[in-house]
Amino acid sequence: MIRTLQERGVHQGIDVFMECTVVGLLKDGDRVGGAIAYWRETGRFVIFRAKAVVLATGGYGKAWKVTSNSWEYTGDGHALAYEAGAELIDMEFFQFHPTGMIWPPGVMGILITEAVRGEGGVLTNSKGERFMWKYLPDNKRKEFAETPEESQKWVDMVVAGKQTDARRPPELSTRDNVARAIYTEVKEGRGTPHGGVWLDISFQDSDRVKKKLPSMYHQFKDLADVDITKQPMEVGPTAHYAMGGIRADPDSGASTVPGLFAAGECTGGMHGANRLGGNSLSDLVVFGRRAGMGAADFAKQNAQWPSVNEDEIQNHVHRAIAPFERSGEDPYAVHSALQDVMGKYVGIFRNERDLEEGLRQLLSVRQRIENTHVEGSVLFNPGWHLARDLENLAVCAEATCRAALLRKESRGAHSRTDFPKEDAKLAKVNMSVKKSQEGMAVSATPCPQMPDELRKLFE
Amino acid sequence: MTGDCTFKVFRGDRSGGELREYKVPVETGMVVLDAIHWIQSHAAPDLACRWNCKAARCGSCSAEVNGRPKLMCKTRLDDFPQGEPITVRPMKAFPVLKDLVTDVSSNYAMAKKIPAFTPQPDAAWKWYQNDIDRVQEFRKCIQCFLCQDVCHVLREHNKHAVFAGPAFFVSAAALEMHPIDGLDRTPLLKEALGIGYCNITKCCTEVCPEDIHITDNAIIPLKERVVDRYYDPLLRLWRKIRRLRAGAT
Ligand SMILES: Cc1cc2nc3c(=O)[nH]c(=O)nc-3n(C[C@H](O)[C@H](O)[C@H](O)COP(=O)(O)OP(=O)(O)OC[C@H]3O[C@@H](n4cnc5c(N)ncnc54)[C@H](O)[C@@H]3O)c2cc1C
Ligand code: SF4
Ligand code: SF4
Ligand code: FES
Repeated sequence: MIRTLQERGVHQGIDVFMECTVVGLLKDGDRVGGAIAYWRETGRFVIFRAKAVVLATGGYGKAWKVTSNSWEYTGDGHALAYEAGAELIDMEFFQFHPTGMIWPPGVMGILITEAVRGEGGVLTNSKGERFMWKYLPDNKRKEFAETPEESQKWVDMVVAGKQTDARRPPELSTRDNVARAIYTEVKEGRGTPHGGVWLDISFQDSDRVKKKLPSMYHQFKDLADVDITKQPMEVGPTAHYAMGGIRADPDSGASTVPGLFAAGECTGGMHGANRLGGNSLSDLVVFGRRAGMGAADFAKQNAQWPSVNEDEIQNHVHRAIAPFERSGEDPYAVHSALQDVMGKYVGIFRNERDLEEGLRQLLSVRQRIENTHVEGSVLFNPGWHLARDLENLAVCAEATCRAALLRKESRGAHSRTDFPKEDAKLAKVNMSVKKSQEGMAVSATPCPQMPDELRKLFE
Repeated sequence: MTGDCTFKVFRGDRSGGELREYKVPVETGMVVLDAIHWIQSHAAPDLACRWNCKAARCGSCSAEVNGRPKLMCKTRLDDFPQGEPITVRPMKAFPVLKDLVTDVSSNYAMAKKIPAFTPQPDAAWKWYQNDIDRVQEFRKCIQCFLCQDVCHVLREHNKHAVFAGPAFFVSAAALEMHPIDGLDRTPLLKEALGIGYCNITKCCTEVCPEDIHITDNAIIPLKERVVDRYYDPLLRLWRKIRRLRAGAT
């Protein structure tokens, strides 16, 4: 999909500014009027004047140590929008994918695709128990196979491309549920040597496994010395996907700030409390197009160029180069500290005490972030880049923590041990985060109403 | 493999540079990219490298490890003799920007020259698995440019402007052999993509991390098309006659 989009883009003459990092949105009054960025190669700043801006910066999984996400997932768009006055919603919902690699240490967090379970992959604990049956929610239990035989039948039929009345294996429960189950098994002492559970596909025909899961086969063979056609994989939950983000109008991608649009993982609301597998890429192509058209319409209707404010630009530049002049810690150490706080207090299971403590520690990490010091020059300097990324991560981490405190229930990916049940009243609100005079403000806002033509589909 | 390992890493920019030594503690299963990350977070925070997926999928962490073009995220330290230093340099076929980061923009310029997938106007959108398997091999390309790095036409002779290089013969092959595509890129292969410069040394195939049979499955068949079209007089005559006939009916 990436290659196809890339090919189309290249030949349509789209200008791509590669390795150019946006550090601030420019404003003309209420309206967004462009962005300021720097070239990673040279460290030089560049101003983009624009009648409309679309953010598509992805998620913020780098707030956790064990993550499937790459270094770029630092919530830049979330933070840029927040600082420009936009609302973020659903920030308490962050998805932990149940199956990340856990051994050897260097590959910790790397994703194992859901397709392994789709092909019949079975999860067991150190005692050999197939534990997922225990964790099926009561109201969903009927949708799943009752016995290993029924489960195997489902797999065989699906593999053969046939219809079946057998129900699917319990391993195919939703991601939040499987992640919680694995976490609980390990916590209660039934984990594997490296602190995970077993995921086994080796009982399936080995040629089929190689053909259907070629990248998983190579990933384990090359990086972990495990032949998945013969041995089970050791797996554990990994921070994966941000359901929360910029509040964006579903038809136009418009954020709550005029001229600012957003699409993709940096937006909130699309996937509710728990995204289902495969839905991000479909989200991107549909809502990416809508946001593009929304921004184009806005630019046409507001044809006057926004004005550029020299002071604002200077402020952004000063802020960006400040790490060279400060005397604090190295950004890598501070990043690690932030990840520790998030892992310990704002992880899969949460409660009031942990979240309060997490928030307190995050605020002190934020002070360390504001004082980081970097070495070297402005030429392609990863340390410098990280120093700025940390400021963005700090916004996302704090927002996640504050929204999680406010949602006193368990729903989807947000599990509160002190409020283990869903609360029907809270189904009707989105937690909304916004910058205010006093700092970060969080409040419950009513969920948008479902349009009639959609509601009919559910009746 | 545990203990310390000495890394000699290129540090420098367009104006030149040198190898610098770093001692890195080694963990089980460690790859070269882990070592580079360790150096960044403990010794040289400004050490520049590209990476993204850490799973040999994105093709951004290419470098030369002990002189061999490699994906750093897939190159295990236990593949090297214990106790000996490991050298990491940027790809030589491209200009250095900084440390391990190179300017690969010549590749993007080349990509623009190859017209995208263009379905035949009357395409039935139905094809056989065999046909798809063939182009699927080429679609595995992760654009790591290791094949470009090792190809002497680019590496020694700097023909970046006139020679597409193995990676782009792979992408051209994916389009040319696609059962539904209707464009003819043979003239382009001969002229702008300079396929004639390739003398089938197969070095590119040896380094491809995706095991694409670049030479046998992409380059040679494409070369055959060029030869058929331009250098086989009998075939050319036949085509002419066929065209004349087609014109007459
Ligand atoms: C390992 C893995 C496997 C996945 N598999 C699937 C799957 O099978 N199916 C599925 O539906 N989803 C999957 N997902 C989720 C899906 O890939 C992501 O949600 C999706 O790619 C997000 O797309 P995006 O366009 O919103 O952002 P991204 O694809 O993350 O793109 C963000 C872009 O913004 C750029 N950027 C960020 N900050 C800045 C800045 N400050 N200045 C300039 N540029 C910036 C980044 O460089 C990047 O190019 C997977 C995710 C991961 C990590
Ligand atoms: S086979 Fe051709 S393209 Fe490949 S390395 Fe040799 S000369 Fe270059
Ligand atoms: S053909 Fe192979 S070596 Fe060349 S760019 Fe593609 S994946 Fe890399
Ligand atoms: S980091 Fe993606 S290929 Fe190495």
